[in-house]
Amino acid sequence: MSLPIILFFVCAALAVAGAIALIVAREPIHSALSLILVMVTLAVLYLLLGAEFIAAVQVIVYAGAVMVLFVFVIMLLNASAEVRTNWSKMAMYVGVPLGIFLLLEIAYWVWRSSVGPNVANGATAATGAFSTRALSMELFKHYLFPFEVTSILILIAILGALVLAKRSE
Amino acid sequence: MDFISEHAVLVVSLIKIAVLLFVVMTALAYLTWFERKVVARIQSRWGPYYVGAHGLLQPLADGLKFLFKEDVTPPASDRLVYTLAPFLALSLALTTLALIPFGPPDIQVFGQPVFVVADSSIGLLFLFAITSMGVYGVALAGWSSNSKYPLLGGLRSSAQMVSYEVSLTLSVVGVLLLAGSFSFNGIIEHQGGNILHWHVWPQIVGFLCYITAAIAETNRVPFDLPEAETELVAGFHTEYSSFKFAMFFMAEYANMITVSCLATILFFGGWLSPFPDSWTWQLFLPGVGLIALGLYCLYDTVKEMRGIAQLQFAVVTLLCFAGGAICLIPRVMPIAQGPFWFVTKVGLFIFFYVWIRGTLPRFRYDQLMSFGWKLLLPVSLANLVGTALVILLVKR
Repeated sequence: MSLPIILFFVCAALAVAGAIALIVAREPIHSALSLILVMVTLAVLYLLLGAEFIAAVQVIVYAGAVMVLFVFVIMLLNASAEVRTNWSKMAMYVGVPLGIFLLLEIAYWVWRSSVGPNVANGATAATGAFSTRALSMELFKHYLFPFEVTSILILIAILGALVLAKRSE
Repeated sequence: MDFISEHAVLVVSLIKIAVLLFVVMTALAYLTWFERKVVARIQSRWGPYYVGAHGLLQPLADGLKFLFKEDVTPPASDRLVYTLAPFLALSLALTTLALIPFGPPDIQVFGQPVFVVADSSIGLLFLFAITSMGVYGVALAGWSSNSKYPLLGGLRSSAQMVSYEVSLTLSVVGVLLLAGSFSFNGIIEHQGGNILHWHVWPQIVGFLCYITAAIAETNRVPFDLPEAETELVAGFHTEYSSFKFAMFFMAEYANMITVSCLATILFFGGWLSPFPDSWTWQLFLPGVGLIALGLYCLYDTVKEMRGIAQLQFAVVTLLCFAGGAICLIPRVMPIAQGPFWFVTKVGLFIFFYVWIRGTLPRFRYDQLMSFGWKLLLPVSLANLVGTALVILLVKR
């Protein structure tokens, strides 16, 4: 077994474990920490695929910025452990079968496609400098308009949050 | 042997990591000594004096003390997170150093550059990725202690670090625009020539924003609100004792080193010499500098030291002379250049840090926030737009 494959399996296992812990954990902070673990291990998987830029941005934006705010809010509200409810009938008879069906479907398509086996083979073509440059060229030339529209969308969201926060006063 | 040739990258990297860890850990220990000495001098005191000559064995004594102290865990704390937080803080702080090039990349062993552990083409982004996670150590420590002062410290630090990270990142983008590269060696080589080519001249505003935001990011005076002892006892690490406390301490110093390294690389030419290459006498500087230091130590040993301290300082003197002699071997001379300049510049930054600590009072919390958002952020944004505009006009 080569190093990238070992790394892949370790990180994949950690990501799945983190995802399960995220749902199972009762303390909100533990859930948040598990989510951070998932995001960081996903970043390592991106690295293995040769997508250095995406990996770095994944950590900076999700693990470094979004989750810090999550943790901040959890700490600020001092959210205590969640209360367990009994399973609803709906979740039992509809949710579980649908979930299993979705998993099987994903497994089938990954198995069918040529992408699946290649994922574990590690970095393919793109080196970091090239892919970062190519990505920004695409983003700022070809997709400039959607890019700018997205930023305005985010601005509107921020303004909306401000309006909602100010209304109570 | 087969394994070594097959996994040269792995083996060489492991050796480099081991050496780097050893050097950095020693440097961290002696940084505490350096800081105490300099602050003491600013306040007209002597600082550590009795443990070893000039207090040189004080870091060792402190380390042993931390190891043997009782490790108290508050019963109401969240044990898992409480233990995790200091490990997270220290390991993230040390990981960033793997990306820092301490010397030119063309000095190689087995085809691997000697002076950097991981030479990434987007090193700067990775560094920001790792440092952006650094806030968790402090925030989680504050939360998991389950006590009011640490919680306040943790909250303050997350708010502060999120606020100043924006300015920190924006202030660096100007340099990226000039250099056109994310890789540290690319940025350094773009500043080649002499001192006038360093990025600090065209990016003086960016540099000032960077150094301000960097001090806030590392939670140092005058931005050390998360551990403001007059308000919060000791802030986020109030409940920590023994080696877990020492780990936070080391993480803070490691962050200082990282931030100083980054400032050196981005604005002050990294491992480049400030003089043009044609001045060949600069090759002698590392060796001559060390020997001069040795001569000073020799004078001190003979004149000032008595008893066991004299013996200890004689060892320091010998080490200086030996180091100087090694640096003067013709084959070693060019290799010693890069690390010499890098370490000198980083040392000046660290001195600057300590100087600031000894001089400035702490900000109030609302001042900190309004300064970060209403002054630092607009200025670094304006700097970015201005730089982009100038580059566009000059290139057209």
